Amino acid sequence: MGIVTGAGMRKILGIAAGTAAAATLLYAAPALAQGAASAPAAPAPVADKGDTAWMMVSAALVLMMSVPGLALFYGGLVRAKNMLSVLMQVLVIVAVASLVWVCWGYSLAFTGGSPFIGGLSKAFLRGVDATTLAATFSNGVYIPEYAYIAFQMTFACITPALIVGAFAERVKFTPLILFTVAWLTIVYFPVAHMVWYWAGPDFLPTQPGDWGYLYGKGALDFAGGTVVHINAGVAGLVGCLVIGPRLGYKKEPMPPHSLVMTMIGASLLWVGWFGFNAGSNLEANGVAALAFVNTYVATAAAAAAWAVIEQVVHKKPSLLGAATGAVAGLVAITPASGFAHPMTAVLLGLVVSPVCFFFVTTVKNRFGYDDTLDVFGVHCVGGIVGAIGTGIVADPALGGQGFFDYTVKPAVTGVYDMGAQLVTQVEAVLITLVWSGLVSAALFILLDKTIGLRPTADVEAEGLDINEHGERAYNL
Amino acid sequence: MAVIKPFKLDEVREALTGLGVSGMTVTEVKGFGRQKGQTEIYRGAEYSTNMVPKVKVEVACADDVADRVVEAVQAAANTGAIGDGKIFVLDLGAAVRIRTGETDETAL
Repeated sequence: MGIVTGAGMRKILGIAAGTAAAATLLYAAPALAQGAASAPAAPAPVADKGDTAWMMVSAALVLMMSVPGLALFYGGLVRAKNMLSVLMQVLVIVAVASLVWVCWGYSLAFTGGSPFIGGLSKAFLRGVDATTLAATFSNGVYIPEYAYIAFQMTFACITPALIVGAFAERVKFTPLILFTVAWLTIVYFPVAHMVWYWAGPDFLPTQPGDWGYLYGKGALDFAGGTVVHINAGVAGLVGCLVIGPRLGYKKEPMPPHSLVMTMIGASLLWVGWFGFNAGSNLEANGVAALAFVNTYVATAAAAAAWAVIEQVVHKKPSLLGAATGAVAGLVAITPASGFAHPMTAVLLGLVVSPVCFFFVTTVKNRFGYDDTLDVFGVHCVGGIVGAIGTGIVADPALGGQGFFDYTVKPAVTGVYDMGAQLVTQVEAVLITLVWSGLVSAALFILLDKTIGLRPTADVEAEGLDINEHGERAYNL
Repeated sequence: MAVIKPFKLDEVREALTGLGVSGMTVTEVKGFGRQKGQTEIYRGAEYSTNMVPKVKVEVACADDVADRVVEAVQAAANTGAIGDGKIFVLDLGAAVRIRTGETDETAL
């Protein structure tokens, strides 16, 4: 068994026509029923062991971004009375999202069906076994489907976990978990499908149009600027608007309780992000190394830039500022990581920090929304900077990788038109903003009007840890 | 009892042990006096902290050394800047060493 009849995926080695990541494989059930392989012309492809090892390591790295990376990054920023609530939200969201992923998420995201969402043919991982394969961005190169499922699972875990920062310290646990299941199903899987699903380099030529809507449009998103960061960032924004600001917001001090934890978390995010970005290449090759270098230097540039901005504006560079800049840089380089030249990646890092700084300070204060941990200001805004910047830095004229045309086999380098690409990038951003924003708002409002999203004032004032979870983070 | 700048604690301890003071109790406290608070900025959110961290030192001593203890603390904790803290002198009614039951000066 295990004949590959289709495959999907994401980014490419050199260029991509689309975004990255996802592969799919159509399982050859009819062939099994007939008891014989229905003869592909070429010998059955075999997964490369180096690629396979890299993908499993990358999946583990991305999991580490969520737990403990993101959990500590967020946890350090809240008050001590709410520390465990944030850790618990991230941990359980990761657990639940994993289950949703293997039950129906993988199938909805990475099987064919419509350009907007996949089908249920692989629900509960039906038809997947240790011999089935997923496509990469190179003709004739495959990885085990399980490796692909595991890698993509970690993306489905971290994306909803990112959202909780926007309304930290004031949300009930159970409604949040219900939101997570619904949001993954109605928002995340369709967006992942639209951006990352395609039939794969060996099958697209004979299955034209077997791709997600935005992939088919040529939107470039190497590792998840739209699918992960814009998607989560705008959901967080509408969540904090529906739930409302924390009690005492802007009236009483709410300083972070442990920037040490935040530093540990930010550092784990940076390290884990190598799996996120370089792993999104799906092959351990030169483009993966390029994504690795870009992930490194864009982050360095953004962290340094934020520190400089604070030195100028506040006269003191803060640790929180530099750590926030690092995350903004990671977010911005995510969609561009396999496309940019390292020097344009540095420029992207230098650009994203002032933009995000402006949003988390001036814009947030001007409008008064309580995006507690700046999910919108860093992830959504940084994601938009990255998504649009990708259209610029991917241009081969600027040292970028351009994209591959996979509609012919073997794939050839496409002709890059920066203007047209920018239009496509903006379209992908807008579709993500509108879809995630509207559906998230509907889900939050529905939960708020039924079981309620917000704890009572007494619970919120005393802290979520003792009231929602029956424990305290620090018993000294 | 003295409220001093935290980084002066070691100097105060050394000055007092030099006088033969055999014990002290130290507490981390916050408060305010004439010293203004500091400003903290977290991603643009500015908080002025009007409570400044200090250390409170409590020392029990015999009446005849009390003046020298006050002088020693005042000298050791002094930086000349606002916010150096204060010394308060209180009368103690009694002292008892828990282990032996000794009282007053023999208990110190």
